Amino acid sequence: MSGGVDSAVAAARMVEAGHEVVGVHLALSRMPGTLRTGSRGCCTVEDSMDAQRAANIIGIPYYVWDFSERFKLDVVDDFIAEYAAGRTPNPCMRCNERIKFAALLEKALDLGFDAVATGHYATIVTDADGNRELHRASAWAKDQSYVLGVLTQEQLAHSMFPLGATPSKAEVRAEAAERGFSVANKPDSYDICFIPDGDTRGWLAERVAPATGDILDREGNTLGRHEGAAAFTVGQRKGLQIGTPAADGKPRFVLEVRPISNTVVVGPKEALAIKEIAGTSFTWCGVAPAHPDIAFECHVQIRAHADPVPAVARVVAVSADSTAETSASHGTGAGTELVITPAESLTGVAPGQTAVVYIGTRVLGQCTIDRTVSAVSADSDGAGGTDGSADSVSADSTVAVDA
Amino acid sequence: MAVYLDHAATTPMLPAAIEAYVRALAVVGNPASVHSQGQNAKRMLEEAREQVAASLGCDPIEVVFTSGGTEAINLGVKGLFWARQPRTRILVPGGEHHATVDTVEWLERHEGAVVEWLPLDALGRIDLAAVAAAIAANPDDIALVTLLSANNEVGTLQPVAEVAALAASRGIPVHVDAVAAYGHVPIDFHALSRAGVAALSVSAHKIGGPVGIGALALSRRATVEPLLHGGGQQRQVRSGTQDVAAAVAFAVAANALQDLSLENARVAELRERLVAGVSASVPSAVVNGDPTPENRLPGTAHFSFPGCEGDSLLFLLDVAGISVSTGSACQAGVPEPSHVLRAMGRSEVEARGALRITLGRSNTVADVDALLAALPAAHARAAKAGLADRVPGR
Repeated sequence: MSGGVDSAVAAARMVEAGHEVVGVHLALSRMPGTLRTGSRGCCTVEDSMDAQRAANIIGIPYYVWDFSERFKLDVVDDFIAEYAAGRTPNPCMRCNERIKFAALLEKALDLGFDAVATGHYATIVTDADGNRELHRASAWAKDQSYVLGVLTQEQLAHSMFPLGATPSKAEVRAEAAERGFSVANKPDSYDICFIPDGDTRGWLAERVAPATGDILDREGNTLGRHEGAAAFTVGQRKGLQIGTPAADGKPRFVLEVRPISNTVVVGPKEALAIKEIAGTSFTWCGVAPAHPDIAFECHVQIRAHADPVPAVARVVAVSADSTAETSASHGTGAGTELVITPAESLTGVAPGQTAVVYIGTRVLGQCTIDRTVSAVSADSDGAGGTDGSADSVSADSTVAVDA
Repeated sequence: MAVYLDHAATTPMLPAAIEAYVRALAVVGNPASVHSQGQNAKRMLEEAREQVAASLGCDPIEVVFTSGGTEAINLGVKGLFWARQPRTRILVPGGEHHATVDTVEWLERHEGAVVEWLPLDALGRIDLAAVAAAIAANPDDIALVTLLSANNEVGTLQPVAEVAALAASRGIPVHVDAVAAYGHVPIDFHALSRAGVAALSVSAHKIGGPVGIGALALSRRATVEPLLHGGGQQRQVRSGTQDVAAAVAFAVAANALQDLSLENARVAELRERLVAGVSASVPSAVVNGDPTPENRLPGTAHFSFPGCEGDSLLFLLDVAGISVSTGSACQAGVPEPSHVLRAMGRSEVEARGALRITLGRSNTVADVDALLAALPAAHARAAKAGLADRVPGR
């Protein structure tokens, strides 16, 4: 129970469904922020008190479980390291993968619980063989199946999402008010919970030492200098401070951030269009497809609130060399790569982001994007996208966050 | 019906104290008022002060009522520190209660104090040689020495009189945090004060009085700077309208300490049964603190269960209807590894698996046996869940 409205209503519904329920609040920081106005996170003293008050009203016991050490290692440090490597991590997905449905779930099972229920908006469907499938929530506007795409069959078997069938968030708020929860009108949290003021860039700048480097065009010509590659976002136009105008007079955009050589590559807007994404670190959510090596039709979603795009996906074998530098620490895809080709080109895609693959409403799996292929080639060398090495990635500070 | 085994956190109010409290609440009159109703309130207050003084072995004028143990400790430590300026050093053993730890750390950050942490031995007892050495190094710059008379987690008693004698030989005042000891071991403030103790803190709710009142026994020879300024009540040391009803209820609980020795002997026997039973059912359990009965609190049993998180055990026992403590908690409810065990030189693993079980007036053999019956299953599950920093999916 985060102290927000969703988990409070979820807990109440679990009690009414006849389960024996205990409220658990995760302590994710050893230094919980002081009383902040409204809610921007999930680990303040006020949030903990809000969660406890909701538990009191529901009439269930309430405990705080400390996962602050694991959260620092698996989510916060990971976020900094990924960012420093020029990738665009999603800390909420990492928290679901490593904390909520791993450390928390395992501890709960060991202590004698049967399942973890959360206030996520998603639906679990059990097929004829008893296998679990993860589907989008009824309320598509609030659907959070994207950030749950990392869950495996085993995790789904012990997870429950009692809000999945609710038509709208407004109904959840109305239900909370009816139940007398003080958090009925508490604002949703959209920010990263461990960055209290929402200033992701400033927070990261304090933790990743910047160094000056070159700004290049796609042909490798030096156009100017920058104050630190990690501060740039793929798609960014302003603040490049390039003295010489482009030959065609058109504005230039950040196409790539290369952390190892500390360079930023710029080019025309058209070059931002991505025609293929791929990653070696992918998992299947529920039962794996029988023949993932045969191209199959699906939809791909690249951010929590992005629209799903029709695509074709397949798993291909890759040589060891090309996977050596990519982060395959938590996937099933050693020696293989999930390649996704959207029917129309995507924009705003950066390595480190998660692509979630859907079949209809069902989440089929997810993959951390290692490389992208531009829809538009550069004039001379054809370097239209990233080349698969860890030095050709993009950074995006606009991290999409849910729940 | 829950089995309450957390008497060190707070112990049930005595029915007689509740009755006196409620009756006194109905009485009108500010004890500082000159009229007869004020005088009546003042009479009730001073009678209460006399009874509390008797329980502490001090004169009534030496009892300064406070809002509780934390305020008494703040007044004793900060008050002595400020009164002794420009001296800067504060000698403190490791493993003190947070009311002391946070207070001296605040003085260090804001008031130029230099805090010197003194070592504890493996049983939680202060090293007198280390105290002597610290005092011998520039004694003129020491503002005060402060220490627990009984550790609130592991229950080990400290050689307070010996520490006070070392300090007194150089004119250094000593503050004693007797919150955990009060009601369990006799307190003779006159004797301590002759030995060099300037101030001693206690709290009413640890002995069956109400929450919200405590006292600083402050030697008539000692000077402290006040924390609160205002009407000049209580020797100008603690301004604020005095809480007559709470003082009256406190006094009822203090009076009840007269049958201390019988009750403590009974509780000590329960503790023996508890410790023997835990050691038999969970052989890996480590019993913490000084095992010698005369060197420890009678009702406090403190264990480490290596490989378990104390809060997992607490949760599982709570579900089984048994209330115990990990010994420490912070505002957000995030359990910390026991800083007392760390100060005693114990490992992080032992400090994480700490569980404090404290017996009191309401407990019986049946309560101890209920804990012993529930513990093995709870321990097995907590051990399976392991430590909070374990890697998921191991």
